[in-house]
Amino acid sequence: MKNNLLGAFALTTVLSPVAAMAQTEVQFWHAFTGRLGELVKAQVEEFNASQDEFVVVESHKGNYSETLNAGIAAFRAGEQPHILMVFEVGTATMMSAKGAIKPVYEVMAESGASFDPDAYIGAVKGYYTTTDGDMLSLPFNSSTPVLWVNRDAFEAAGVDPDTDLSTWEKVGDALEQLKAGGEDCPLVTAWQSWVHLENMSAYHNVPFASKDNGFAGLDTELMLNGPAQVAHLTAMGDWAKDGKFIYTGRRNEGGANFRSGECALFTESSAGYAGIKAEAEFDFDVRPLPYWEAITSEPQNTIIGGASLWVMEGHDPEEYKGVGEFLSFLSSSDVQAAWHQNTGYLPITAEAGEATRAAGFYEENPGTDIAVIQMTAKEPTANSKGLRLGSFDQIRGIIDEELEAVWSGEKTAQEAMDSAKERGDALLRRFESANQ
Amino acid sequence: MEKRVTFRGWLLPLVLIAPQVIISAVFFFYPAGQAVWQSLFIPDPFGLSSQFVGFGNFEFLLSDKYYRASFVTTAIFSTLVTLCSMIPALFLAVIADRLIKGSGVYRTLLIWPYAVAPAVAGVLWLFMFNTRVGVVSWYLGQFGYDWNHVLNDAEAMGLVVVASAWGRISYNFLFFFAALQSVPRSVIEAAAIDGAHFWRRFFTIVLPLLSPTAFFLLVVNVVYAFFETFGVIHTITGGGPQQATTILVYKVFSDGFVGQDLGSSSAQSVILLIVVGLLTVVQFKYVEKRVHY
Repeated sequence: MKNNLLGAFALTTVLSPVAAMAQTEVQFWHAFTGRLGELVKAQVEEFNASQDEFVVVESHKGNYSETLNAGIAAFRAGEQPHILMVFEVGTATMMSAKGAIKPVYEVMAESGASFDPDAYIGAVKGYYTTTDGDMLSLPFNSSTPVLWVNRDAFEAAGVDPDTDLSTWEKVGDALEQLKAGGEDCPLVTAWQSWVHLENMSAYHNVPFASKDNGFAGLDTELMLNGPAQVAHLTAMGDWAKDGKFIYTGRRNEGGANFRSGECALFTESSAGYAGIKAEAEFDFDVRPLPYWEAITSEPQNTIIGGASLWVMEGHDPEEYKGVGEFLSFLSSSDVQAAWHQNTGYLPITAEAGEATRAAGFYEENPGTDIAVIQMTAKEPTANSKGLRLGSFDQIRGIIDEELEAVWSGEKTAQEAMDSAKERGDALLRRFESANQ
Repeated sequence: MEKRVTFRGWLLPLVLIAPQVIISAVFFFYPAGQAVWQSLFIPDPFGLSSQFVGFGNFEFLLSDKYYRASFVTTAIFSTLVTLCSMIPALFLAVIADRLIKGSGVYRTLLIWPYAVAPAVAGVLWLFMFNTRVGVVSWYLGQFGYDWNHVLNDAEAMGLVVVASAWGRISYNFLFFFAALQSVPRSVIEAAAIDGAHFWRRFFTIVLPLLSPTAFFLLVVNVVYAFFETFGVIHTITGGGPQQATTILVYKVFSDGFVGQDLGSSSAQSVILLIVVGLLTVVQFKYVEKRVHY
């Protein structure tokens, strides 16, 4: 028995280096667990099975912030992976790290893998592309905020669930009726800064920050204290005071309230689809994010949230070839269409969206195309291309704090946003001086 | 004449203290030195470039009113945690000391919470006080009290204090209990014969004799409240609402590892080091004078 084991051990030690030599290894660090983690694993396995030159090794490194930190720490120690998943908020940090990252367009050109930058959806690609049109990182999972409706809650409160909720004015009326009908939680939100400031600004085509939201230079300043944003937050603050908008926390805590059927309306990412579909025991509905008729007659597009894949500097050309192949595989229409349908994330190529439509998915799952339409209906402007701000994770923290002051009634929306601008600008100046 | 043990030569003493010196050097002096050095720069997160700014990071911090507010938050938080963990512990120890039967079981049960890691303790308390599914907040709601630590500063502070102090009570209990056992019975019995009732005996005899232990626990608990409560705050409030529970050590974390601003984060840890150092000196200089060994 013992001998057998030893023999087997010797055999594997002899064999494994041979196998390793034949295949080039590509390290891929990501932030997904649960169902999303399984789907990523399946993508990697499919890629590994599809060819025998490269082997991609995926590993989970914690949540978005932790994954970014792991990547940074690894780079400092010279142990960086080939591919690192970074959330959209970390984009400016990565872009400024010249010498640590290898732009995707370069990787693709050198590896000779098939790559057509025009195939990607503009609103998705724009977030990760330089002003010259060079793609720096590959969009991986992108979503955009939409309005989720609990139809049963509407009926219980005696409000028509098919009522028009396209504008915030109409939503305001609906909240009034819901409240009057005995609904204790008319509206909740997830990711308040992302939905009610960043997207609100893009959707109404007003700037969130100067210098094209930071795309045109590091000397950008926040402009989130403009009249449009303040008007929206003032309305939200009033709703909070009247118990029509219930604040549950800085992240997506509100999701639990909505999925349990407690709340009637919920502003959350389109990627909330998988969770809501799995858990909700009520009839639900997806609507486009509302806009203020008083500000615009026709909304612009919303912007994305999610993550992209960055290629790290400091590896062999042969390995970069594998990276190129893998990224090309991920962008392929079949992989993207499956990803989009399984998760509610947006397809990153127009072709994947078409394939999904052709397969009849949107008809079987009404509302799943709303996010795609909302993102792509209009060509993005300088205000709706995305955001590129340094220390943005921390700035969001500041915005969260100031918004809490609005919800609790301690500050007016104008006071809170003026203060958020002042504090955020200080961080932007520090980021600027660290990256000169 | 004091009796002294002397060693001949230098080698043996050096060898004997070497492990401690090496551990301190590797785990304290080296990182602390690095922090001091880093605090003079604004580096980029990847360590590709860094800019010497002298005391610029300190200037930036001290001119930030939110950073200064964090000192006040920390002072309130650590005072409350220290009080809330020491007073109940002392009370429980005194009660347990009087028990004749079953004190072993009682003791064991009281020590259990110490085995719970701060982050886990945070999750447990958060679960009880969750604004939606929490048991306690539900009962409070029945009494007409609307618990919402997500928006209410005082409730958030109360919750993190209780969650931080809870596990600590066990630790303090253990020390107080051991100290109570060593209070000479004869003194207490003499006082009892003189007619001093229980609480009088406690305040005039037992408490002064416990003072060395209480002093030790004071120092240890303040240090605990300053540094080790990170997990509780991270899991329960994340420093909010607004900045109501952002204590200094939490800010070191959020600026360094969320904001990737390593210069500011290092400067903050240097300031924290100085503050705790000063606090300990003050404690030893003034409080210790009132301690009877």
